[in-house]
Amino acid sequence: MEIVRAKDVVYEYIRRDDEGNIVGITKAVDHVNLGINKGDFVAILGHNGSGKSTLAKHFNAIFLPEEGTVWVDGMDTSDEEHLWDIRQSAGMVFQNPDNQIIAQVVEEDVGFGPENIGVPTEEIWKRVEESLKAVGMYEFRKYSPNKLSGGQKQRISIAGVLAMKPKCIVLDEPTAMLDPKGRKEVLEAVHELNKKEGVTVILITHYMEEVIDADKVFVMDGGQVVMQGTPKQVFSLVDELKELRLDVPQVTLLAYELKKRGINLPDGILTTEELVQNLRGI
Amino acid sequence: MSLIVDHISYTYDAKSGIPVVGLDDVSLVIPDGQFIGVIGHTGSGKSTLMQHLNGLLKATSGTIYYNGEDIYEKGFDLKKLRSKVGLVFQYPEHQLFAETVFADVCYGPTNLGLSKKECELRAYDALKKVGFPDDLIFTSPFELSGGQKRRAAIAGVLAMKPEILILDEPTAGLDPKGRDEILGQIKKLRQEENITVILVSHSMDDVAEYVDRIVVLNHGKVFLDNTPGEVFKCYRELEEIGLSAPQVTYIMHALSESGLKVNPEVTTISEAADEIAAALKRC
Amino acid sequence: MLRDITLGQYYQTESVIHRLDPRVKLLGTVLFFVTLFCFKNPVGYAVAIVFLAVVIFLSRVPFLYMIRGMKTIVVLMLITVILNLFVTQGDPVFSYWKITITKQGIVQAATIALRISLLIIGSSIMTLTTTPNHLTDGMEKGLRFLRVIKVPVHEIAMMMSIALRFIPILLEETDKIMKAQLARGADLESGNLFKRIKAMVPILVPLFISAFRRANDLANAMEARCYRGGDGRTKMKPLKYHTRDAVAYIILFVYTVGSIFVGRLWIFNIF
Repeated sequence: MEIVRAKDVVYEYIRRDDEGNIVGITKAVDHVNLGINKGDFVAILGHNGSGKSTLAKHFNAIFLPEEGTVWVDGMDTSDEEHLWDIRQSAGMVFQNPDNQIIAQVVEEDVGFGPENIGVPTEEIWKRVEESLKAVGMYEFRKYSPNKLSGGQKQRISIAGVLAMKPKCIVLDEPTAMLDPKGRKEVLEAVHELNKKEGVTVILITHYMEEVIDADKVFVMDGGQVVMQGTPKQVFSLVDELKELRLDVPQVTLLAYELKKRGINLPDGILTTEELVQNLRGI
Repeated sequence: MSLIVDHISYTYDAKSGIPVVGLDDVSLVIPDGQFIGVIGHTGSGKSTLMQHLNGLLKATSGTIYYNGEDIYEKGFDLKKLRSKVGLVFQYPEHQLFAETVFADVCYGPTNLGLSKKECELRAYDALKKVGFPDDLIFTSPFELSGGQKRRAAIAGVLAMKPEILILDEPTAGLDPKGRDEILGQIKKLRQEENITVILVSHSMDDVAEYVDRIVVLNHGKVFLDNTPGEVFKCYRELEEIGLSAPQVTYIMHALSESGLKVNPEVTTISEAADEIAAALKRC
Repeated sequence: MLRDITLGQYYQTESVIHRLDPRVKLLGTVLFFVTLFCFKNPVGYAVAIVFLAVVIFLSRVPFLYMIRGMKTIVVLMLITVILNLFVTQGDPVFSYWKITITKQGIVQAATIALRISLLIIGSSIMTLTTTPNHLTDGMEKGLRFLRVIKVPVHEIAMMMSIALRFIPILLEETDKIMKAQLARGADLESGNLFKRIKAMVPILVPLFISAFRRANDLANAMEARCYRGGDGRTKMKPLKYHTRDAVAYIILFVYTVGSIFVGRLWIFNIF
């Protein structure tokens, strides 16, 4: 069953000069077709400016397609009647941890979403507690967000989305501004949600290491989906990825370098254990 | 030209009024022409230390000598120090302000009181050195891509002709290619200008291939200070303080533990590939 | 350096005053202000001082902490007092060279000094014992009647609470921007006024751009979380009146009526 489906989606940024004349049109999203299955962990990879964030904003009806259609949980995002249902079904976490926390106390921020959709008070408290526990931030519920680390703030934002009981959560480069520790924290929390709560995860990123455990990877370039498949399939294409301004995990790169030196290894090695095993077999 | 950090400590009052230790008895010698990586996680004191090197922060105890002169001595010209020890902060958005990239890069040299012509020459020269494309020089700095903004910001400091260039997380938020491009440019810059470069990062992977010395900071103290090979040997200790060695180190150690005779001290991918290929041939 | 603003900041402790509903405290402050302007004799002020003293005692906020942040306002107060002292016309009490001090002047100056101090202490009691969240909640609910005349009460309250959240972030950012420009040799401390204002441009431009970007991001994030104004929203922490609030309202009422009555009683009128 599909939770998100994009059909021939086009989105353009129009640049105008001071007099309002059109000086250029950038196709940020260019005829994208993709489907995301319920319960999957999906990653969308791409360099800066590849259109991946613009596409992600379509899944939450922040942007509406200029051509084509996006369906979220069966609802057309252009259909204004369903706007709030769509935003509740597909929650969104953004890049900058500071710019998406609204309240001055952690628990109140997590409660913000449920308040907006009119959840009764007692139920809000229950959801806030559950969500904070799910991301491991319950003991920080009375803190001011300003006192938390970047990784902790992002987990609060995830809890804030979770409290709205979404079916799908879209994370738009949630780790780009974090240090390695924060990145790990956030990723663990997201994987946990996917496994335990069964929430569909769409992770937008340019960190290769974050993609290894995904069920499916889409690679974007110039507004188009240029590759898709399992991480193993995608990371087999080292040269192609490099051309797309991307990279592969270091292990994969090492295996690739070894192959170039004439050592017989399979494509798309993703972990150290895999590489060691394969090398010992020789 | 050298910088000697002599037992500096720095404490500051947090909002609660309880003093927080930012740096704790740090001593370093920064000689000419080195390429140094400073590693530590958030809150380890690495940014605080860098702000001491150009006199933005003043140590609570201890002192810093620039060419043998105590920078805390009365009458010491801090403005001059700041032009000699150039510090580029993490986010270019914090410094870009002028209408054009060119005017922005001119800001530093103008503050040094140089003639207009000299400022412009230096600005153009600096933009060239960081590989900034000519056709974007007169556009607004706010319309640039992340990588170009970073270049403009580095040029803005480079135009002051510093002897030491400190870069705080120059690759944050860049995609893999953008990261490699910036780091490659810095490497080239160092070779051509023969200046000292200090690269501040929380990622070993970023610096391993470039630097010839790594200083690891933890809780405001110098935890390790050695060549990359020697530092990565202590990968277990690094993990205890929440850092990690480059992935190559782990792979090489795993291989050597599994019985393959490889030297686990190599730090780059191509070295590792050569090493493994050679070891396999020996089998 | 910018973080040392402590005037009227929330003081964390447990007290009856802290627990009161913010609406009670808001109305209380307003009524207290009103009474101060109704008095015509010193007895009224005496009643007000006693009332305020009792509230301060109940609030458990140390009096010294309360007046510590008032230094800057003291200067302002002194200027007003001195002006009143010398300018007011009437029966001279003391005269030297061109300066004449009148009886009316002394009374006027003393009244104003007393009024200003009571006003400041009175309002800081409210901010010291109420968290900013509670305060905005209280305003939103307490001033809801203003919606009848199209005042966007919910939006104003939301804006205030967001502003409070972002002030520390923007202060920190200002600090970073200043350092980045200092590292490029910026001189922010010397030169005349014009030069100094000009030197602020490289700090203000990045700060404004960043503030706009943050505002844009925040708007997106709020929309993504289904925010659509105050209608149909429920509250995680709804304001509810307790018995103590009813008692407080009664006390307030008694104080207001009582103090104004006494404060305007002709037999005490000695001015």
